[in-house]
Formats: sequence, structure tokens, C-alpha cells
Amino acid sequence: MRFERRDHPSRGLTLLAPLGAILAALLGAGVLIAIAGANPLEAYGLILKGALGSRLGFSEMLTRATPLILTGLAAAVAFRARLWNIGGEGQFYMGALAVAAFGMIPAIAGLPAPLAILLCLIAGAVAGMVLLLLPLGLRLKFGVDEVVTTLLLNFVAVLFVSLMIEGAMKDPLAFGWPQSVPVPDSAVLPKLMERTRLHAGLVIAVVMAVAVWWIQSRTVFGMRARAAGLNPRAASFAGVPLGRTLIVVACLSGGMAGLAGAIEVMGVKGYVSTDLSPSYGYSGIIIAMLANLNPLGVIAAALFSAVMFVGADSMSRALGIPSYIADVTVALSLLTMLVAIFLTQYRIRK
Amino acid sequence: MTRVLELDGITKRFGAVTANEDVSLHLDRGEIVALLGENGAGKTTLMSILFGHYTADEGTVKVEGAELPPGKSRAAIKAGVGMVHQHFALAPNLTVLDNVMTGTESLWKLRSDRRAGRKRLVELSERFGLKVDPDARVSELSVGECQRVEILKALYNDARILILDEPTAVLTAQEAEGLFATLKDMAAKGLSLIFISHKLGEVMSASDRVVVLRRGKVVAERRTSETSKEELAELMVGRAVKRPERPPATPGAVLLEAVDLSLGGRGGASLKSVNFRLHANETLGVIGVSGNGQTTLAGVVSGLHAPDGGALLVEGHEVDRFDVPHAIASGIGRIPEDRNAEGSIGDMATWENAVLERIWAPEFSRGGVVKRAAARAETQGIIDTYDVRGATVDGRIRLLSGGNMQKLILGRVLNAGPKILVAAQPSRGLDEGAIAGVHERLLEARGRGAGVLLISEDLDEVMALSDRICAIVNGRLSPAIPAEKANSQLLGLMMAGDWSAAEQIEAGTARGTADAL
Repeated sequence: MRFERRDHPSRGLTLLAPLGAILAALLGAGVLIAIAGANPLEAYGLILKGALGSRLGFSEMLTRATPLILTGLAAAVAFRARLWNIGGEGQFYMGALAVAAFGMIPAIAGLPAPLAILLCLIAGAVAGMVLLLLPLGLRLKFGVDEVVTTLLLNFVAVLFVSLMIEGAMKDPLAFGWPQSVPVPDSAVLPKLMERTRLHAGLVIAVVMAVAVWWIQSRTVFGMRARAAGLNPRAASFAGVPLGRTLIVVACLSGGMAGLAGAIEVMGVKGYVSTDLSPSYGYSGIIIAMLANLNPLGVIAAALFSAVMFVGADSMSRALGIPSYIADVTVALSLLTMLVAIFLTQYRIRK
Repeated sequence: MTRVLELDGITKRFGAVTANEDVSLHLDRGEIVALLGENGAGKTTLMSILFGHYTADEGTVKVEGAELPPGKSRAAIKAGVGMVHQHFALAPNLTVLDNVMTGTESLWKLRSDRRAGRKRLVELSERFGLKVDPDARVSELSVGECQRVEILKALYNDARILILDEPTAVLTAQEAEGLFATLKDMAAKGLSLIFISHKLGEVMSASDRVVVLRRGKVVAERRTSETSKEELAELMVGRAVKRPERPPATPGAVLLEAVDLSLGGRGGASLKSVNFRLHANETLGVIGVSGNGQTTLAGVVSGLHAPDGGALLVEGHEVDRFDVPHAIASGIGRIPEDRNAEGSIGDMATWENAVLERIWAPEFSRGGVVKRAAARAETQGIIDTYDVRGATVDGRIRLLSGGNMQKLILGRVLNAGPKILVAAQPSRGLDEGAIAGVHERLLEARGRGAGVLLISEDLDEVMALSDRICAIVNGRLSPAIPAEKANSQLLGLMMAGDWSAAEQIEAGTARGTADAL
């Protein structure tokens, strides 16, 4: 058996790849569910019902999808330009912390809501950018591999958050729990549905996905960023300023992750704690891969993993299967997606 | 003569494409056979079948009378077939000895017998005149030396039949000559060789017999002594191909001038006080062995890097910003040395490749937004005008053949109407038909008033296209001699750094011009 590169990876195949990958991942996880003593079909039925079958479940699923769309965009936009930003988690936390810090400024609390929200969102995005520009600077100046630096900065960022919320930003009214001072009411995102946690952040995330898609496919910058990622030497021969392009890419990518953190604080939690993110930053990488780095695909991929996570909770209550099955399924889907991407580009010959 | 190799009725299809159709070929002991054909004629596929990389759909391969099992490289090696690939398969971080010995010993052996290995390697290298230091790291070797290691690797595996895939593609003229002398010596010592080539000159000088492949079929077989370059060219291409002739032209005003242009850098990458003038309606040829600074020279003129010293003048104005958009805007068209690594981005669409270097221009973008319709229309225009076969506006460019890729690059450059054209190795790796096309375009550009700076290693090309010729040696540019006074001997001297004759000629020409005025 050997692999031959396909001349024209067909569009149909490229669209089918993620579906095939998800199906394969569900099959694999199904085996595990069966081993745990439940009927896989019943389990998946309960997952779907849990995530989509009720108003509450549905709104929870969308709430969950919101940060995932943004961290997915962060990874997709960077990977397209071959900037390996593994630091989404850290940028998420820095974005969240920036909002909390901004909220502590008395003047912000006094601003009208739209303005306060806008300023806080910007603060979060900028914080995420800064955390990615640091390792990018090291790469451009000294050739330091950003996979290592962005990954390690995640731990630095989370520990820094921990330091701040146990110290300078600690909420004195939280009965000693390590959490930050809550954001002022003027910076809280409006709800989209009554008596649920679903908030306007979802709209922001979807708008961002469309905006990123437009930037990538329609602008000079998007074309240059792709060129720089695919063949840096040819790109610079064609006059693409590699360093500058990567800096803008890093701003977009870090900005999206920071925005995710900011929105999670402003829409759901209201304050920062170290359990703010069930690894949204890392899940973003999986989501970007599932979406084949397509910004619009990111929305679909984020919805898929949100369904798995939210549905698995209720499924686990009904069947007594650990809800970790959601993590397993999503992680499996990354592996199957990598295989599927490979198969869209190569054909198998005996 | 004993027959050592026999391919019988080989057919191989890839999907709808038939790469080889009923190909039969034989090789006798001590013989050198050239497998001649254009790019895509099926030469490499055929040799890959022989070597077991591919399985033939039909047909058999016999080595010394015994049939080889299909699709098993190991069996081919065991039967005494050695292959030297066009792209070397060497580990750069290992020594020559390590590379040669890799795969020759059983993995179950606890110790590798390096002393015996070294002895055998030295013996082989002496016997066949393939000089190489067993302890040198491959990364430190020149391309020619790497090729010697590849050949030694095959010989180390007891190869009695050696296949060389485009062995001279990466070699300089001198290295190629050395290689063919070695091959002839090897044949005299009883080895049998097949080399794949599309270069007529080397086929004529180095082979005993020529097999011509066209579109996957054997179209002719000749004894080399009974054929001619012209006949082979026609057999290979399928029709008579003639490279265009350079019509006379009167040079106009100075378009590009370098004054003491210098750029530091290690070894051959530097420029040392380079001076030249390029006129309108003129082609200035720069020849030289690769690695003598020609890449840097092309890079400076193309706006890729700024010089440390001296000046570059475009139409009398000193260039103060060395970047690509600035170079293009001032009328410089650039044909890169390496089509695939520099000239194109394989996984982007044809239209994106066609306009990327001018995407900042108002024709192709406004306010940072790409004018897709205009860009795609431009690309369709290039495809039609320059006859880029196999290209579609939205298709990925990776799939184009070298010749068609070069047509697209020529098209995107010439469509901008450059006054100055920098053409670096414009026909490297192209087949005869494509070369003629490229030459025609370059002459056309000169004909409509452009100045062409032609940087090439191919003496025939430089002599055919240039009005004046200079050599670049170790970062320095020789005096330019008029093409009428050039011959390969004189150019060889100039490339070797002996410029006395060239200086005399230049002085003579200058006096002649002064007299005429």
C-alpha cells in the first residue's frame, strides 16, 4: 500500500472530511461507551437530547460554543499563516484578567453600558495580543520556536492570574475564595434569552468569524498572510513583508483569544477565577483543525464540540457513564480529522 | 556482448494518464545508454518501475536473465541495480561513510563493522576515480561530491547496472564533464549504465546508444555514432524545434547602471564593486559558475536586498529604497532563479500567483481589498496570451509543468510592461520546446525596447541571446565583451577568472566606438 498525492483535492471531499472524521470519532467513542456498559446509540441520543432537546440545554450549548468559536478563530487565523499559536489558553486568561482590571477603574463603572462594554472588549483583545506578540518577537528576532514559548506562556499566564486574584485584585466580599472583583454592571453583556445564561457574546463571536473569513479571503492582507504561511521565500520574493504580516496575524489571533476571555467574564461569570476556562484555549486548536482552518467552519466545529460537552453532562446523569466521554470524543475527532485531511490530499494505492 | 537488463512491454497508467506504453528496452554489459525525452515523457516512471518504486501494469523486467519481482526495490538492489536519484537521498548530518553503509547491514547486528566498510569504500572510490573523504559530513559537500557519494552508495551495494536520473541537472558544466569521464571509465570496467537526460549535448558526447521516449512510448533507438543532435531533437519533441535567432538591434539609452555595487556576505554570496551598464534594446548576459554572486546580483536589482556600498541607477536615478514593490513600480520585471521555491506558491490559485507581486497596485486592489474580478481577468489574459497549458484561473499552480509555470511567470512579468528585465536562469530545467518559447519572449522584450539582464549558467543560451557578455567570478564582474567576439573557449577563461583577453577586447571596442564618434 502506498500513498499518492491527489492532483485536485475535490471540493466535495474537502467538505465531507470533517463529517467523516466526526463519524469515525463517534464510532470510536461508541466502543468505549459499550465497554462502560451502555448502549452507544442510546447514549448519543441522550447527548443530542440534552444539548438540543430543551430550551435550557440549547441555550447552555450556545453559551458554551461562544468562547470556543473565538479560540477556534484564534488558532485558525494563526495556523493559516503557519504561526503556531498554542497559547490560546494563556491569551484567554489575560483577556479575562484585563477586563476585571479595567472594571476596577471607577470611571468605567460610571460610563454608559455600550461604551463600557466596548472599552472592556478592547482591553481584553489587546491583552491577548500582547501575550502573543511577545513570543512572536522572540521568533522574528532570535528564531525561537513559538510552539514552545506560546505553550509555556499558558502556565505563566494562569499563574499570573492566580497571583492577581489572590492579591491585588482579590474580591473582599467573596468569603476568601480566590476570585477577582466582579466587573461593574455597565460592562455586563446583555442576555439573549430570558432566564438563561446565553448572552450577546454569541453575536460578537459569529460576527468575528464572518469578519475573519472576509479578511482572509478578500483582502490584500489575507492573501499575503496565506502566501507567507505557504511559502515564505516566494512570498518575500513577491514583496510580502513577512515580519509585518506575521505581526498583524498575531494581533488577530491573540486578539480573538483575549476577546474570548473577556466575553466569558462579561457574559457568564462576572469575575475571574482560575477555573474560568475548561481549556477553551486548547479546545480552540482542535476546533480550528476540525474546521480545516476555515473561519466559517469554526462556527460549525465549535457547535459540534459544545453539543458534545453539554449533552455529555446530561447523558452521564442518566446512564452513569462519566461525562469525560465528551473529551474523548472531541479529542478523537482531532485525530480522525488529521487522517481525513491527509486522505483528501492523498489517495491510497495498492 | 551479454545482455544484462531487459525491459519488455512495460505499461504503466496513472488514472487516465498512460505514463508508459509498451516500452521495451535492453542494456548490454559495458554499455552506456541514454534515455532521452522531454519532461513528462515517462523516463523517470520507467526507471522507477525498473527499480521497484512502482509496479508496472503490464510487462516484465529481467536482470541477467532472471525476472525481477515487481514493486520490490530490495530485490532490484540485490540483483545488482543501483539508482542515483536526481534529488539526492542522503542524510546531511551523517558522514559519507555512514551514508554509504546505511541499510547495508542487518539491524540485528550489534556492532557495525566500520573498518571493513571504510576499506571497501576507499577501494571503490580509488578503483572508479570517485574521490571523496569518507569522514566528511554530507552537509559540507558540494553538489558534485554528493553525487559521487550517491554513486558510491550504489557501487557499495554491488551494483552492476547503474541508473542515473538527470545526473547533470544540478551540476556545473565542469562537474558534468568530470562525471561523464567517470561514467565512461566505469563502463570500460564492465559496469552497464543508463542515464536519463533531456540535454542533447551530453547525450551525444557520453552515450553509446540512445533510446528516445516521447509521450510514454519508445519512438526511436539509435547508435549515438549514427545520429545527430538535430535528428534527436526532432525525435524527442516530435517536430523540428529551432531556437529563435537574435535579430540585430541598436542599443538605446542607459536604463540600468551599477556603480561599485557591493554587498558583504559569506563566500560566493557577496558582490564586490560591481560595475555595468544596461541599455534599452539590449541584452547583457552574465555567465558564471553558480555560487559566484549572481544570485545576490539578481537579488539586489530585484529589490530583495540593499547593497552595502555603491549605487544602482535606474534611468539615471539612484535607487534609495530596495524593496520589491519599489523595484516593480520603477519598471523592473523579475524572473526568479527558482520557479518553485521563489516564483510560485504551489498551494495558491493561479490567479493569486499571477497578481501577488503587484497586488498593491490600484489595478488589483483598492483600500486593501482585492479586486478579484480584475485579478482573475488579468490571469485569464496571461493564460491565453502566453499559452499556459493546463492552467485554470482558480486551479492550484502546483500542478503546472516547469515550462508552463515559466510561461505564467513570464506572462505576469511582461504584462506589466517592464523597462528592465532581470532573468535569472530562465530556462533551467526546461525542455527544448519550452526553452525556445522562453528565448522568444526574452528577445521580444528586448525588441520592444527593454533592457534584459540575463543571468545564466548555460553558455549556449547566453551566446544566443546576449549583445554583450560578462562573467561573474567570486562576486566580481568581468569586462563585457560583444557577443560577436565570444566563443566558448574565451567565455571559459572569463568564468575561470582570467580576464586579460576580455579586457583587451573591451579596450579595443571602446577605441572603436570612440573612433566612430
